Amino acid sequence: MDVTDTWYVVLAAALFTIGAVGLLVRRNPLVMFMCVELMLNAVNLTFVSFAHAYHDLSGQISVFFVLVVAAAEVVVGLAIVVSVLRRRPGATPHDIAILKG
Amino acid sequence: MLDLVWLIPALPLAGFLLLLLFGKRLGEPLAGWLATLMVLGSFVVACIVFAGLVERPGHERFFSQVLFSWIPVGNFQVDAGFLVDPLAMTMVLFVTGIASLIHLYSIGYMHGDEGFPRFFVYLNLFVFSMLMLVLGDNLLVTFLGWEGVGACSYFLISFWFTDRGNASAGKKAFVTNRVGDWGFMVAIFLTFATIGSVRYADVLTAAKTGEVAVVTATAISALLLVGAVGKSAQLPLFVWLPDAMAGPTPVSALIHAATMVTAGVYLLARMNPMLAVASDWVPHLIAWVGAITALFAATVAVAQNDIKRVLAYSTISQLGYLFLAVGVAGYVPAMFHMVTHAFFKALLFLAAGAVIHGMHGEQDMRRYGGLYKYMPVTCGVFIVGWLAISGIFPFAGFWSKDEILAYAWDAGAQGKALWLIGLATALLTAFYMSRQVFLTFFGRYRYADPTPEEINEAWDARIAAARSELAEAEAALEAGRAEQEAARAKVEPAEAALVGARSEVSASETAAAAVPVAQLEAARVAVDTATDKDAKKAAQATLRELEKPGKDLDKARTGVTKAETALTKARDGVTSLEAQIQEVEASVTAARARVAEVEAMAARHRPTVDKVSVAGPPDLAGIEDYLPAAVQHRREHHPHESPAIMLLPLVVLAAGAIGAGALNLPFSDRTKFLERWLEPSLFGNEHHLSLSGVGQAILAVVAVAGAVAAIVVAARVYLRGLGRPAVIEQPVLEHAWYIDETLARIASGPGELAFEGTARFDRQVIDGAVNGVGEVVRVDGSLLRRFQNGYVRSYALGVAVGAIVLIGLFLSRASF
Amino acid sequence: MELAVFIVSGVILLAGALGVVLLANPVHCALSLVATLFAVAVLFIVQDAQFLAAVQVIVYAGAIVVLFLFVIMLMGIDEAENLDIEPLGGQRPAAHVARVLGLGLTLVVLLAAGSTVTGAANPATAIQSDTPNITQLGRLLFSDYVFAFEATAILLTISVVGAVVLGRPPSRMDDVAPLDAGAEPVEVKA
Repeated sequence: MDVTDTWYVVLAAALFTIGAVGLLVRRNPLVMFMCVELMLNAVNLTFVSFAHAYHDLSGQISVFFVLVVAAAEVVVGLAIVVSVLRRRPGATPHDIAILKG
Repeated sequence: MLDLVWLIPALPLAGFLLLLLFGKRLGEPLAGWLATLMVLGSFVVACIVFAGLVERPGHERFFSQVLFSWIPVGNFQVDAGFLVDPLAMTMVLFVTGIASLIHLYSIGYMHGDEGFPRFFVYLNLFVFSMLMLVLGDNLLVTFLGWEGVGACSYFLISFWFTDRGNASAGKKAFVTNRVGDWGFMVAIFLTFATIGSVRYADVLTAAKTGEVAVVTATAISALLLVGAVGKSAQLPLFVWLPDAMAGPTPVSALIHAATMVTAGVYLLARMNPMLAVASDWVPHLIAWVGAITALFAATVAVAQNDIKRVLAYSTISQLGYLFLAVGVAGYVPAMFHMVTHAFFKALLFLAAGAVIHGMHGEQDMRRYGGLYKYMPVTCGVFIVGWLAISGIFPFAGFWSKDEILAYAWDAGAQGKALWLIGLATALLTAFYMSRQVFLTFFGRYRYADPTPEEINEAWDARIAAARSELAEAEAALEAGRAEQEAARAKVEPAEAALVGARSEVSASETAAAAVPVAQLEAARVAVDTATDKDAKKAAQATLRELEKPGKDLDKARTGVTKAETALTKARDGVTSLEAQIQEVEASVTAARARVAEVEAMAARHRPTVDKVSVAGPPDLAGIEDYLPAAVQHRREHHPHESPAIMLLPLVVLAAGAIGAGALNLPFSDRTKFLERWLEPSLFGNEHHLSLSGVGQAILAVVAVAGAVAAIVVAARVYLRGLGRPAVIEQPVLEHAWYIDETLARIASGPGELAFEGTARFDRQVIDGAVNGVGEVVRVDGSLLRRFQNGYVRSYALGVAVGAIVLIGLFLSRASF
Repeated sequence: MELAVFIVSGVILLAGALGVVLLANPVHCALSLVATLFAVAVLFIVQDAQFLAAVQVIVYAGAIVVLFLFVIMLMGIDEAENLDIEPLGGQRPAAHVARVLGLGLTLVVLLAAGSTVTGAANPATAIQSDTPNITQLGRLLFSDYVFAFEATAILLTISVVGAVVLGRPPSRMDDVAPLDAGAEPVEVKA
């Protein structure tokens, strides 16, 4: 049985869904971040798959940029988490709801 | 060699940057020397490039060097590049040459000024901007330089910015120039819209080959004229230039002689193919603006007393000549006169600066006089400049000015009128310049003369002295009178005492008379005869009793004598005081008379006008001792010649003012060096004189004779003291025909209303729209915020649901 | 062979992902994440993205997860989270509905459409060529995508600055006593 590109895309869809559900159900900000990373990785996987399928390196380039943005996002996000937790130990995104308009 | 052209502006730019960074550290003479060397180097490079240009055959003298692509935006391609052709080269040579001399001079002139390095920073930037203006290979680079010189002139005019007047003079120059810049900018836009390029090479070619419609060319030329009028200080935008005298004198020389103001004429000459295409009224307008400005400024210069203001109006007038020449397509005479004018006007300004320097900042010519004794070199070069600008043979001004007049004469129907105006201007020029020379260097030495103000002050002092004397006498009189009153008060009680004493005497007499003599005798006898002690005692008592009235009488008489003496004394006191008072009264009267006399004298001798009299020494009778200390100070001070570093540039410029005429001698085509040199830049648009050599000679003779006559008249009035200067120096001329005042009134009246209307529009409509948008967003936001619960995960859920909806949408539309 | 690799790494990938979502202790979550990331890296290699696989391991597994662990350890938030509590009413059921719908729809799309979605794979002309993958990527990155590349440089700089600003200890001014220290200390009630 041949592994077609569709398999990869389905796998990525499953990974994305797991990440999304995790983001929706978990309260720990760090774990929420990890779930975001899962979703990003799912997207990366589809990009690479399509690059493979269409013989176009642009997909891989996109993955490269996603990696960079993810790194930046994690750095800033973790800094925010650290500064929030420093003021309110044990805080969850739920607690930051006080910032709503 | 031509490739070196980028160095010409680069050197002053480097100087500017170096001075900006290290100027303060370099300190006083070094900063100046660095700036001077940079400009001098620029001049040397210009000479090399010039040599390179001369080597080429005539029609190839059009060299363009592109440094880099400046603004590459679609169709709009502008390169930062330089264009070297004879026209630009001429400008570059005299700009750098004269600027180096002015830099050198400034080292001496700005000596001791705390802003010394800053001054050279601006000066170098100025030269750089001017070179960009001249060398730019497209209109935009020229505009860059154009704005650069404007900004630098602002910096330099308000160089001593702590004085409010200087600061506002700078602003005035800037704002007035802006009005003209508007014209230039619109001209650039129009050029690009029509031709699709702003490079001179393209623009001029398009104009030559007839690709530009006459209407467009006319509009562009007219707009360029607006720009040129602003930059070159022509009517009605001339108002900034006289005020620009607030800057240090080398700046006046740099701006008014060599550089900035010639930019307008240069621009018009540069765009000559455009002018050639434009309909006739534009060149005619240029010629008439020039002619009228020339005459107008010359009339105003006649009545100015500030040595620099005379030169400022003279510059405006001479620039008028240049416009006149450009207007009659006499580009060669225009450039020729620009060069000679650069020499002699820089010379005159710098010499005036030397005079001001030697006179400790005094700028009023009425207070100069006889300075040739004190500053012979300055006087000598000033006379050279005077003769040159007056157009006396064979100085430089003669050749260039007469050529302009000849071109004017030759310019068709209007030519004769233009020529007449030019001639009148020439006569006035000779007159006011002679007035300046005579007032400054010849005649009586007036610097030590007290000014009318000081004389008034002295009279006031003298009157005050007399008055205080009077007040003193009056006070003495008052005191005497009070004393007399006191003495008089003593007389009356003395008299009363005398009367009392006398009545006592008469009472005592009666009492004494009442005592019988016999009884007295008997009592005496009884005393003598009494043997018994007791009896004797009794007798003695009786006797004493009887003798008492007599003794009382004696006492009373003595009292009367005493009272009489006291009364006499009191009366004598009053009398003697009376004499004293009379004496004091006399002195009061005398003092009063003196005050009246002094006041009368003051009324007679006080100066009638508030101007320094030029004719004779001021009337100082009677106030010699009362003059303020400043006068004495001036009497002890003597004007001095400037240091060599200032005189050297003067001498060089004087040589130029004498010999620059050789650039374009009208004798034959071979001697017209400048005309042949400029030919490639003018594309045959130069008008060629149809006047014969004899005709030219006649015109020249007329002009020179007029100038000589004007000088003679000036000598009669200002040297010999014949005639009254006030007849010539009318207030209306002194106030420049009240144009400045009128402009101010328009700006503060209808102008202010218009500005306020605009401001209201801005506040209510524009700001209203912006604030309205903000308000709408705010209200919407306050409605929408109810949908926000602040829980990040809820939002994520929303995103997920949205994504699912999208997938569903794709599914529903997909065809499998 | 490819099938074996796909199945093994796919299982690791899904197990890791489920671990991230289901494990209570954040440290365990982070370690599960590493497993997923490695599995993705393997899949990258299978699909001729060698360079990205390396970057995936170095940046994600190496840097990002270590950063996560640092924060977890330093902030002392490694206690387990009680997964039974859900403060947002209806969030969890809604999430599961979304999951089922989303995954279901995606699968429908993919399986029903088959190669019409992904296009026909053409193994004959694989990306592999004489030029190494990294060279090709580098060429592309510095030619067609150079602007985006420079933009990411700015983005990274900004994020570094932002992290430093955010991570600074709170200003000392917060704990400084009021200026009039002599006055009676005021009891601040929360």
